[in-house]
Amino acid sequence: MIEVKNITKTFDGRIVLNNISALFEDGKANLIIGRSGSGKTVLIKNIIGLMTPDSGEILYDGRNFLNMSKSDLKLLRREMGMLFQGSALFDSMTVLENVMFPLDVFSKDSARERRKRAEFCLDRVNLSDSGHLYPSEISGGMMKRAAIARAIALQPKYLFCDEPNSGLDPKTSLIIDDLIYSITKEYKMTTVINTHDMNSVMNIGDNIIFIKEGIMEWQGDKHQVITSNNKALNDFIFASDLFRKVKEMENNQEEG
Amino acid sequence: MYKALHRVGEYTLLMKKSITLPDRWNMFFKQLIREIYKLGVDSLWIVIIISIFIGTVIAIQISLNISSPLIPKFTIGYTTREIILLEFSSSIMCLILAGKVGSNIASEIGTMRVTEQIDAIEIMGVNSANYLIFPKITGLMLFIPVLVIFSMFTGILGGIAASYLAKDGMTPASFEYGLQFYFNSFYIWYSIIKSIIYAFIISSIAAYFGYYVKGGALEVGKASTNAVVMSSVMILLADVILTHLMLT
Repeated sequence: MIEVKNITKTFDGRIVLNNISALFEDGKANLIIGRSGSGKTVLIKNIIGLMTPDSGEILYDGRNFLNMSKSDLKLLRREMGMLFQGSALFDSMTVLENVMFPLDVFSKDSARERRKRAEFCLDRVNLSDSGHLYPSEISGGMMKRAAIARAIALQPKYLFCDEPNSGLDPKTSLIIDDLIYSITKEYKMTTVINTHDMNSVMNIGDNIIFIKEGIMEWQGDKHQVITSNNKALNDFIFASDLFRKVKEMENNQEEG
Repeated sequence: MYKALHRVGEYTLLMKKSITLPDRWNMFFKQLIREIYKLGVDSLWIVIIISIFIGTVIAIQISLNISSPLIPKFTIGYTTREIILLEFSSSIMCLILAGKVGSNIASEIGTMRVTEQIDAIEIMGVNSANYLIFPKITGLMLFIPVLVIFSMFTGILGGIAASYLAKDGMTPASFEYGLQFYFNSFYIWYSIIKSIIYAFIISSIAAYFGYYVKGGALEVGKASTNAVVMSSVMILLADVILTHLMLT
């Protein structure tokens, strides 16, 4: 479980995150949603330590992330996996070497065991035949899957995904969503996903946090999204005709 | 002025972060071998080709410009050797390598920065500067002296070839006598020491410009150009200082 308490972050006097508090629960897909520039990426970067908040607390199962010693921080890092928007696979390494990288850094297992674990992870994301290829030789969807394999190589307790569906077609997006969701349930991870993909919201949104202009505007789950009366949330979620019609149908069904 | 001071501070902090004992020595050595091959061994052919041709041209031009009967012919070999040992194989060759290797380092690290690969390394709890930059600095400092020695050898071979090709003026015998005339072996060490310092300048400055790139492909290109310009200027500055310290 990750708890964010009163996080504030400013850039050159401009408030990007304004006193945000949220709870990201175990074994759930926790989604951070909001318009571009709303502060989603800044929030996730603060949670994972790529940025430091001006004030507030970040607790990983009660451990204060911002006051940790270097050695404790290193131990915590071992429990974190991250899927970046652009996959961030290392160009100079093959897919298998990419997945082996965190194992090479942290694991004390033999080279053969590390390789076996990496191959298992690649198999888990259906990439067992692509380990020898370089990132430039595989498609965007395969890159995301390889990045997921790398993120889960150390069996992390916390998985972070920054816009996992960006640049993917709808079908591949669903595959990636399903994969992240099933892995979350399988390993009982605390998964935090930063997205503005409405299909993801409807499919895997166990816990959804809606941010507007740096302020946490709404929190709920995928069922509550449909029935919410929050205007800002409705303007964001139901911006397209399709989703507006879905909402109307759901509401009519409930009334009927 | 403030910006320049800020950059010096940023560069110093990056070097402090980079030059530390690696967490995993096996990963460091793996990276080191890769960098030596990529930055050093891959530069061998360009160094050999440039050195042969420049050695030949230096010999021919000196031969053409020394026509006085009062100056002995072996002066051509002697002067060619001094130019190659003292300046060409270390300083000029490192200026050329600053273009090739420096832009390679800056663009590689810069691309890793803009595609979040450096963030990915940091998330895993790895000191990204140490993992990426330290092997490059070490690799280049170890291999550039080798390139310099190759350059000296092939440059002088180029000069000897010119003496065989010359129709009048110099002869192979006078050229070879000139090569051996009043030879000071310290000049080789002087050149090697200079090249090690240049290697640090090239790799660290290029890494600095790449590591702090913000933006996209355009900024990576700019960083690469800035890295080459800045390291070239620093090499020339270091050349003046080192020459003053070691030869005067």
